[in-house]
Amino acid sequence: MSQSDTTKTGGAGSFPSLPSPLKKFLGFFFTLALTFVGLMAVTFVIGRVLPTDPAMAIVGNRASEEVYQAMRIQLGLDKPILTQFWLFLTSALQGDFGQSIMTARPVVDDIKRFFPATLELATLATFIGVLLGIPMGVLAAVRQGKMIDHVVRVVGLIGYSVPIFWLGMVALLVFYAKLEWLPGPGRYDFYFEGIVEPVTGVILIDSAMVGEWDVFNNALGHIILPSSMLAFFSLAYIARMTRSFMLDQLNQEYILTARVKGLPERTVVWGHAFRNVRVQLITVVGLSYANLLEGSVLTETVFAWPGIGLYITNSLFNADMNAVIGGTVVVGVCFVGINMLSDILYRIVDPRAR
Amino acid sequence: MAMDNTSPPSGLRSWLLSDSPANAFQARAQRAYVGWLTFRGNPIAMAGLIIVGSLLIIAALAPLITGGEGIGQNLGNRLQAPSAEHWFGTDELGRDIYDRIIWGSRVTLYIVFLVSVIVMPIGLLVGTIAGYVGGWVDTVLMRITDIFLAFPRLILALAFVSALGPGLENAVIAIAVTTWSPYARLARAEALTVRNSEYILAAQMQGASTLRIVVSHVVPMCLSSIVVRLTLDMAGIILTAAGLGFLGLGAQPPLPEWGVMISTGRDFLLDQWWISTIPGIAILVVSMGFNLLGDGLRDVLDPRSGSEG
Repeated sequence: MSQSDTTKTGGAGSFPSLPSPLKKFLGFFFTLALTFVGLMAVTFVIGRVLPTDPAMAIVGNRASEEVYQAMRIQLGLDKPILTQFWLFLTSALQGDFGQSIMTARPVVDDIKRFFPATLELATLATFIGVLLGIPMGVLAAVRQGKMIDHVVRVVGLIGYSVPIFWLGMVALLVFYAKLEWLPGPGRYDFYFEGIVEPVTGVILIDSAMVGEWDVFNNALGHIILPSSMLAFFSLAYIARMTRSFMLDQLNQEYILTARVKGLPERTVVWGHAFRNVRVQLITVVGLSYANLLEGSVLTETVFAWPGIGLYITNSLFNADMNAVIGGTVVVGVCFVGINMLSDILYRIVDPRAR
Repeated sequence: MAMDNTSPPSGLRSWLLSDSPANAFQARAQRAYVGWLTFRGNPIAMAGLIIVGSLLIIAALAPLITGGEGIGQNLGNRLQAPSAEHWFGTDELGRDIYDRIIWGSRVTLYIVFLVSVIVMPIGLLVGTIAGYVGGWVDTVLMRITDIFLAFPRLILALAFVSALGPGLENAVIAIAVTTWSPYARLARAEALTVRNSEYILAAQMQGASTLRIVVSHVVPMCLSSIVVRLTLDMAGIILTAAGLGFLGLGAQPPLPEWGVMISTGRDFLLDQWWISTIPGIAILVVSMGFNLLGDGLRDVLDPRSGSEG
């Protein structure tokens, strides 16, 4: 997986020769801050320096020179570029990404509304991916070279190679249009709109909390297809990594010892080998979760799922740069955050990595 | 494989398999030949090679095996189901989907080629310079690399395309900008392993400049792992490009790009399933081919990392 290197970003890379925990913590914090500033710098370049003129985008090209200049001053575009970046950075830290042109509301409010839908989708997908992917990987490793190993390999290969947006369309065609087993796109049918007051924004939790089981069932039906699509990708990755981690462990001498002692195979596999693999899997699951958060863009488009990905793409087509930048920064911060978090967890759980 | 041949090797084979190569050329040829033998014995790699090879041949022969470039419209012929005349049917503008799939292979290869020529030199140069020169240069370059490594790629590519404007070339640039960093890391790791070896010392003592050493002595050592990694990543790159095309941010109509074709077929999915389904299968097969080829190449060229994912 190409992004597995991301995990190397974390850690105390900056002060490798200093062993004390405080220095390590500082190094870690430094890396985090640097990555954040880097992320902000790149999005700033995308949003402000590249050809599109933000002032022109707002006032339109028929506006008079005075209106245009006034907008430039209002947006702070007359200031030096570094000052602009500083303003952008500090206001972003306070959660201010400006107004969305499309919805005429603060970008942050929009993100608060759209983000839970993505979170719901990605979380459920990761859950399914872990639940199926880990047993598949373990089984493939234990039966290396047998039929089941090949099946897992082919499933993984397809999961890596299939265009997910296309698979989503085919799934909609088969399960919604032809077989009519599952409901269509969207989060729930339109006549359930507005019944449940959003508290967490996660519809499955909100509807269960107030006991609206009709809404819950409907929403559950709607989320099955999109989350399965995302889960397929996550499953392919998790199964493949689990298999190779397990193979590493099963070839070690302590496994031989355990077998010689006469332990049942189940204890050897799950009690000994898998116990050591769990730690490595934290990073894998974290990475796959972060990838799903950003990778849901295409799935959300296909399933008209009102998440952050759909918000970003819709804003793109309306040249709503504030919204695009805000959404990109939020997804980026989550992405970096999850990777860092899994890195920290890894260090806590595995004493050798400290 | 070679060794199970009972008759004594003769002619070219014996030259290629002899225990004591007479010159550098023979040694190199031998290495390539033995690599090929390993590769040939690996069915997965061969399957990948066949798929990618077929893609190349189909793209090269496109004018010979199609009736047209699949761009001209023929509205009297629209939405025809697959038949003997139109193997894969026709789309909403009456264009033959078979023609468009075949010509679309050129677009896919163009993406593959462009991303490779942008990503490889940047990754190689940044990585080898960081690894070979070391010190603060290494620190600065690797910090920048780490920042790019930590980014969410698709979202960033989306944002880049939105700023640059939709189009195939811009999509490729966006993908390249978000993809080069792992190659720099990889190249640096390889450069670190060779920087203290004796042949580098010999070159230094002969007075070779840093640039010369990096380009002609360090870079070649990194190439194989970079190529393997690029082949493995290629499926993801093709999928991202198709995804951008699907969203309307990559290749623009009437260019027969497979992702764009899937997206136009979306409106006709219920009754004319073939418009979207067939380009989807094409993408699936090609990215599978690159995945298989990458796995195989890694086993042959880079056996150290063979146990990894």
